[in-house]
Amino acid sequence: MFRKTLMAACAVFALGNTAQAATEITWWHAMDGALGDVVNQITEDFNASQDEYKLVSINKGGYEDTMTAGIAAFRAKNQPNIIQIFDAGAATIINAKGAVKPVQDLLEANNVKFDINDYIPGVRYFYADSDGKMIGMPFNSSTPLLYYNKDALAKAGVDVPKTWQEFEAAAPKLKEAGYTALAQSHSPWIFFENFMSRHNLQMATANNGYDSTDVEILYNNDALKDHWQHVKDWKDAGYYGYYGRAWGANQDAFVQQQVAMWIGSSGSFGGLRKSAQFEFGASTLPYWEGTGDAPKSTFIGGAALFAFSGHDAEQDAGVAEFFKFLTKPETQYYWHKETGYVPITNAAYELAKKDGYYKESPDAEVGITQLSEEGGEWTKGYRLGFYVQIREVIYREVDKIMNGEETVDAAFATIEEEANGLLKRFNDTYSN
Amino acid sequence: MKRVQFEHSAVPYLFIAPQILIICIFFLWPAAQALYQSFLLEDAFGMSSQFVWFRNFEDVLSSSSWTRSAIFTVVFSVMVSVLSIAISLFLAVRADEVIRGAKSYKTLLMWGYAIAPPVAGLLGIMMFNPLMGDLYKAFNSFGFEFNHIENANDAAFIVILIAVWKQVSVNFIFFLSGLQGIPKSVQEAATLDCKSPERRFWTITFPLLAPTTFFLLVINLTYAFFETFGIIDVSTKGAPGGSTATLVYKVYVDGFLGADMGGSAAQSVLLMIMVSVLTVFQFRFIERKVHY
Repeated sequence: MFRKTLMAACAVFALGNTAQAATEITWWHAMDGALGDVVNQITEDFNASQDEYKLVSINKGGYEDTMTAGIAAFRAKNQPNIIQIFDAGAATIINAKGAVKPVQDLLEANNVKFDINDYIPGVRYFYADSDGKMIGMPFNSSTPLLYYNKDALAKAGVDVPKTWQEFEAAAPKLKEAGYTALAQSHSPWIFFENFMSRHNLQMATANNGYDSTDVEILYNNDALKDHWQHVKDWKDAGYYGYYGRAWGANQDAFVQQQVAMWIGSSGSFGGLRKSAQFEFGASTLPYWEGTGDAPKSTFIGGAALFAFSGHDAEQDAGVAEFFKFLTKPETQYYWHKETGYVPITNAAYELAKKDGYYKESPDAEVGITQLSEEGGEWTKGYRLGFYVQIREVIYREVDKIMNGEETVDAAFATIEEEANGLLKRFNDTYSN
Repeated sequence: MKRVQFEHSAVPYLFIAPQILIICIFFLWPAAQALYQSFLLEDAFGMSSQFVWFRNFEDVLSSSSWTRSAIFTVVFSVMVSVLSIAISLFLAVRADEVIRGAKSYKTLLMWGYAIAPPVAGLLGIMMFNPLMGDLYKAFNSFGFEFNHIENANDAAFIVILIAVWKQVSVNFIFFLSGLQGIPKSVQEAATLDCKSPERRFWTITFPLLAPTTFFLLVINLTYAFFETFGIIDVSTKGAPGGSTATLVYKVYVDGFLGADMGGSAAQSVLLMIMVSVLTVFQFRFIERKVHY
């Protein structure tokens, strides 16, 4: 009896000890709903896989809320170890000198094998500095895709358009069949940023902003303006549905079969599978044949994980350990399958192929194929300050193009002027 | 002349101390911080900052979107205040006259008070959803070409409608208690002298309600300036073309979403000045006409 009690006491003591010894690391993220559940599962799996570190993941709302929470916490010297920052906010955190530790340094310092070529081409340099050193760990990576209603296309007797020229030929037939041909959910991301990448056009001076904060935007160009003139003409002809800036409103139009094709994110796949009451498929983002040297790969959207500075070596080692776990092919494959985000490493992509996942659902591969398409000089990404506000300017001016308040030329002149004003402010703020 | 001096102790100061402390901590200190921030260009994480005098103010005042937003804010605030006061006054007078089922009427009219602005915004915008909104369909079936996605006036109509609807019940409560505070004897005397209820209202009731109306004007303007933020954020997000973005909403977009600390601090300071001027104006020129 006495021995048993002693053993139990020892066991309790030992357990208590390990719990105490586990270093706690915190991760603030912007994944809620179904995505949040997947993040929690990954967190649990990581904690179960080792007993040195205990990861605590906390949802802080949407992308902007998470970034704001991170900023406030950092200023109060109470920052989490890991924070998820979205593409448009990357410049803000990377340019704040000393706010984060480059992921590549962190991994190498903790003897985790790191080779940037293990990552798929599309995500490799998006969160890297101008020398190609990875600063943020790509996490949820998505890319714009064209979703199409198979019944609608069959009814109109058209194929999925690969190019905008093909789209123009198909649109009248779809209209005749009773559909608006197209809608899309994110004008700045889909019809500005990725338009530039798809056609391999330079988006900003100074190497798309990677080399310096002293940059100017190059949106006011004929190819992009021409595209928007077409969009406006399509809208006036009843081929293009404009349901405002809200992501959901445009997606709903597709789900409710008002529009036959919709451009959303590769990450929209899971949601559509639940809500759409019809057969749909996914295809690559259309391009203008003969513009730039299209087709080239698109940018990644989504967000990356950054390791805040100001933590001790032991916690940083935990962060490195978690990143190692996160980039394992099995974890990435699980993430890819559950969410529709693309796997970020070649090994994970191979694993998904080997497992026969794409045979079973071929549409899930479209996103990663598009990101693995041939890259060009201007397809690796962009790094522009106050880009959140620049997107606001774009949203605003697109509204004005669509309601006829302004011509395409006038709207693009405003975008150029205001974006450059913001970039200058950013440069003045961050360059000293 | 000899002034009468009362002996006083420290006790009164002790009583107001908590209030003063609250004002200092939650108003004066942040306001001073905002003022200081508005002269700085500082990165979001506070790693570097420089003093730039009035640069932020120049940038704000020279942007066309700020001017547009300022004009919209003034129009929006005046319309929301006037409409919600007028409607709730009408409802309060009517509800005060009701004898049968008075309690149910009053309770139903007060209900909206319990609804948070973002929820009101969500309810409103769903009714105007182009794919499934009943009001959207109703308006268009009457032959209006209603389209708030593209038309700035239609979008403004929606946010004003939601903001007024939300505020009417608050005003209603105050007006109703104001009406019940008017002595019966005065009303009876008026009934003997004057037959027209309309005239009685304007000559007796309305002047006696003036303190309530003035109080409501002040809080309604504050409401329209600041608290309607939630309504706008969930309904239009300032679209189309920034036409329904109030100044507070812009502060949020630039400061919280965009991480431009100095710029949004400058906007807050300008807003603070605007509201102070407005308040001084109200107390100097309108309050004079109010008889307590």
